[in-house]
Order: sequence, then C-alpha cells, then structure tokens
Amino acid sequence: MFYREAGDFKTTYADDSQTFPIKFDRYRYYLVLAVAFGVIPFIINDYWANAVLLPFLIYAIAAIGLNILVGYAGQVSLGSGGFMAVGAYATYKLMTSFPDVNIFFHVIIAGGITALVGVMFGLPSLRIKGFYLAVSTLAAQFFLVWLFNRVPWFYNYSASGQISSPERTVFGYAVTGPNAETWVAYLFCLVFVTISAIIARNLTRGASGRRWMAIRDMDIAAEIIGVNPLKAKLTAFAVSSFFIGIAGALFFAVYLGSAEVGDTFGTTKSFLLLFMVIIGGLGSIFGSFAGAAFLVVLPVLLKNVLVAGLGWPTDTAAHLEILIIGGLIITFLIAEPHGLAQLWRVAKEKLRLWPFPH
Amino acid sequence: MSDNSQDISQGGYTTVDGRKIGGVMMEMKNITLRFGGVVAISDISFNIHEGEIRAIIGPNGAGKSSMLNVISGFYNPQEGEVWFHGAKRPNMRPYQVAEQGIARTFQNIALFEGMSVLDNVMTGRLTKMKSGMFAQALWKGKAEQEEFENREVVEKIIDFLEIQAIRKTPVARLPYGLKKRVELARALAAEPKLLLLDEPMAGMNVEEKEDMSRFILDVNDEFGTTIALIEHDMGVVMDLSDRVVVMDYGRKIGDGTPAEVLANQDVIDAYLGVSHD
Ligand SMILES: Nc1ncnc2c1ncn2[C@@H]1O[C@H](COP(=O)(O)OP(=O)(O)OP(=O)(O)O)[C@@H](O)[C@H]1O
Ligand SMILES: [Mg+2]
Repeated sequence: MFYREAGDFKTTYADDSQTFPIKFDRYRYYLVLAVAFGVIPFIINDYWANAVLLPFLIYAIAAIGLNILVGYAGQVSLGSGGFMAVGAYATYKLMTSFPDVNIFFHVIIAGGITALVGVMFGLPSLRIKGFYLAVSTLAAQFFLVWLFNRVPWFYNYSASGQISSPERTVFGYAVTGPNAETWVAYLFCLVFVTISAIIARNLTRGASGRRWMAIRDMDIAAEIIGVNPLKAKLTAFAVSSFFIGIAGALFFAVYLGSAEVGDTFGTTKSFLLLFMVIIGGLGSIFGSFAGAAFLVVLPVLLKNVLVAGLGWPTDTAAHLEILIIGGLIITFLIAEPHGLAQLWRVAKEKLRLWPFPH
Repeated sequence: MSDNSQDISQGGYTTVDGRKIGGVMMEMKNITLRFGGVVAISDISFNIHEGEIRAIIGPNGAGKSSMLNVISGFYNPQEGEVWFHGAKRPNMRPYQVAEQGIARTFQNIALFEGMSVLDNVMTGRLTKMKSGMFAQALWKGKAEQEEFENREVVEKIIDFLEIQAIRKTPVARLPYGLKKRVELARALAAEPKLLLLDEPMAGMNVEEKEDMSRFILDVNDEFGTTIALIEHDMGVVMDLSDRVVVMDYGRKIGDGTPAEVLANQDVIDAYLGVSHD
C-alpha cells in the first residue's frame, strides 16, 4: 500500500517527464546513491571490489552504451569488445604521452576517441541492417584486435605486447597502479557510472532518444516524419561508443591494471555485453544495470555455493554457468524481450495495486 | 472532359459551400514514375490549392499511394516536376520534405510500436527540436525548454483528437481505429502546411469513419491545413473534398469537383470496370 502514486499529482510537464515520476522510486534512488557514495567506500574490501563491485560498475557503463545502440536505436553490434579495446589503448597512449594531465580527462578523451572510431564503423549501418550489420561489426571487432596486436606503437613497443597502467592520482590519491586503494578505484568508477547513467537517461527521454527509437521501430516512417537517418544512426554509434570506450578505459586502467588485447577485449567480451543487454532489458537504462549485475554476480554466486559450499569441481560449475546463461538468453529472447527490467516493472505494477488487485 | 484544373485561376477560388480557397500551393507537372517495367504514374499533372481538401481516388493499383510517395519525397519521379510554394523542388530526401512542412499518414499504419502514444505524437515535433547533444545530455537550457514547449503543442493535439485517456499506453496495445487516430495526431503534431492522408478510414466502422471525417474537416477548418487524401469510400469523398483527382492505371482520367467527376464518363467506366484495351 505504501508503494503508490495516488495523491502524487503531476501539475507540470517537468514533473511528468522526470526520471522517477513516483515519489517512492525517487526516494529509493536517492537511498541507493547515498549508500553507494557514503557507505560502501568505508566497508569495501579487496575481494568484493575485484570480484563484484568494480566489474559491475564498469560493465554497467558498457551495457548502457551498448543498450543505446541495440536497445534504443535498433542497430545490432558485435563489436563492443573492440570498442572497449579502443578506449583502453587510447587511455594507455594518453597516460603515457601526457603524464601531467589528470586521468579523469584521459578517460573522457578516450571515450571521445572511441566515439569517432564507432562512427567510422557505424557508416555501413546506413546501407545494411540486421544480420549483415552484425557481421560487419564483428569484422570491426576482429580488425581492432588485430590492429592493437600488430602495431607495436599502440603498446609502446613493450616486449610482452601487453599494456599496463602507470600510477596516476586524483586529488592526491592513487587511482591506478600497484598502490591504488580499493575505495579510491571504486569511487572513481562510481562517478563515471553515475554521470553516464544520468546522461544516457537524459538523452533517451528527449529528442535524441525519440529519433533513435523511431529509427529502431520503423526507419521509413522515421524518415518521413523528418528524422535524418544518417544523423540518427551515427549519433547512436557515437554516444554508444563513447560510453563503451570509457568502460574499456576503466576496465584496463583501473580494474585490471594491465591487459592483452585478444584475451581481454576479444569476441567473448562482445557477446558478454550483448547478453547483459538482452537479459537486463533492451531499451532500458535500469536494465543495463540489472544485466551487468546479473552476469557479474552469477559466476561468483555459483562458485561460492557449488564449488566452495557443495564441493563441486570448478569446471562443472563453469559449465553450469554457461548453461544457465544460454537458457536465460533463449527464455528472455522468446518470452520477455524487455528482460529483467520488464519483470521489475510488472512486479511494481502488481505492488501498486496490492493488496486490492481490483 | 471536365478536366477543369486549367480553368481555376492560380489566385484561388470559392467553394460550393462558400469557403475561400487560396492560390496554388503545390503543382505536379507531368509526373511519370516507373518501377522497372511497371508504370505506376504516367504523365500526370494536377495542383493543390492553399486551404483546400483535395481527394485522389481510383481503383486498386491506380497509383494513388505512389503519387503521395512522390509528394513526400519517398520516390523521385523519372520525369516531371514538383512545384511547392511557387518554386521548383529539387529531388529531396523524405526528411527534407518533412522540414518543408509536409506531413503524412500511411495506408498501412506506420506507428512506432515500441513507444507510448505520447512519445509517438512527440516524434511529430522532431523537425522543430534543434537543441544540441550537449544541452540534451544535461537536460538543461534549450533542451529542457524545447521539450516542454513541444509537449504543450502535443497535448493540445491529443485533446483535439480526444485521445487523452490513452496518452501513456504503448501503441502496440491499441485497437486499429485508435492507431489510425494516433497516426493522424503524429502528423498534426508537425503543424504541417500540407497534410497527406493515405486511406485514413480504411478498415473502419461507420462510427469511426464519422469521427475521422469530423477530425479532418476540423483540422482543415481550425488550423487552415491543406489536405490531400486518398479514399475509396465515395460517400466520404463527396462529403469532405473540394476537388478530386481520379486515377486509373497510372493515368489521370478526371479532375474537378466531386459532382463533375462523378458525371465524367471515363470515371464511370473505370469504376464500373469497363474493359481496357
Ligand atoms: N515499390 C514498388 N515497386 C514496384 N512496384 C510498385 C511499387 N510501389 C507500387 N508499385 C506498383 O505501382 C502500381 C501503383 O501502386 P499504388 O500502391 O500506387 O496503387 P494505389 O492506387 O495506392 O492502390 P491501392 O488502392 O491498392 O492502395 C501498382 O501496380 C503497384 O504494384
Ligand atoms: Mg494505396
């Protein structure tokens, strides 16, 4: 009963189009922010940060990016791993070439560079759709990995072919490098997640979002009501790649500390991100978080319960994980294309009427 | 015979029911459109005056939709010229035509199924929304202001078409008749100078047809919107339109007031299915 919208009247369009139109949702959102910024940094430990929190935050940014392209604009992409690599290598080159510039700006510029690369690989979308577009983005994926492997300039001619992030500080605290503290890395990523989510939400609830969704739902009608398909598709690629680039930068510089392009940013990563978006919910910012959380937590959970708890062999647990993910993908694609986000909406809908369902 | 479009002065005319119609807004000159071997439109000329309701009728496959598609820039004709507001129009993409103030609905509803009614109608305002990506990302300044100004216009149209109750409903859940109405709302949201309607009443029951007729007349009357519509129901055409173009097998076989057109022997033959040889 306390979850309700009765008595919560909207008197302006600003009220009506805000992100959380129901008061209760709004309070919960503030509560989550308060806990994320004010509580977790004090209780965080290395295990939770590395196993769950950091990958969750970073994948959430990437999933938001991919969701803008696939879920909102309807352009399939299997190149996200490659775009994450662009963000990672761009930050690496920036960090090593301009050590005096704050890493915060490196990450943002890396996002900008990835946006440009994304637009370049988005050009075929003006001519091809669906399956063929997916194949062309997969080609981008392979090309980018090949490029970062083959051109030593990108990894500063290091003997191992790896890139590793030197120590960089923000307000005097190390964010990257061996001396970085967990809570600093966590807060750094959290700031990026928060900003990304707000920007993505603003873009998708306004004119740009409507242009993207119009192209997604019916491109011919979109063009006839005045949407320039070239602009709409390329901005979707740009914004999407911007976020994915930032995620790649953080994944390498803050989370892993060092990376080898094929292992870290291969096709597996592209598919993982796509699965997050499908399971979480296409065309939903909340779904991007839900999908990222689910696919980050699932293996940790299985490992703790099955391997540590029940004594299963590790590879059996890993196989079970793949089975579960595969099954879920199929279920969601067939039964609930709007993913966990939709299940959440339905649950809220029910709760809104509870305990008087009629 | 009763092809009297030449008789009508460029400066406008007065209708049977006494409304003043302005000068020529759009002029199609000798339009020919082919799809490979199929000639969908063959050397057709006609004009549309400012403020009038112009009907295009003809049997199935006559080329009516193709004609609207030429006007809205979806197809570029192989021959002929399109004149709009006294200037020859170069070949344009559909979104550029939309920017010029031409909006339309489709024979087979073309709504954005994944979006709510409100968002669908809001897409009709996209040509008016010019704020940059950065302003939109921050939801500040011009972006926010623009959002609310356009929302206000959209709410008026939603009221006008009496679809307030379904404002937040996903379009995919609506019955056919309401979808047609939402599509009209989306086109009206653009506040077009010229509104093209491709069979706005196809598949509707009598009551829905009456509603739709009323809306079309009101749009023309209250907003002064020029309307070109395709319709099969002759009763509706008689009631609504000031002048009618009749097409058959891609050719124009009649042009004039509804009464004139109905008296035209070629038109009668086409509709009674007299064999063509
Ligand atoms: N894209 C296309 N490619 C090939 N032929 C086409 C195309 N569009 C239309 N045609 C052909 O052009 C002719 C005219 O079609 P059009 O759709 O304009 O007819 P219409 O008068 O709107 O008919 P209806 O009353 O059935 O809607 C038809 O013979 C049709 O098959
Ligand atoms: Mg037609």
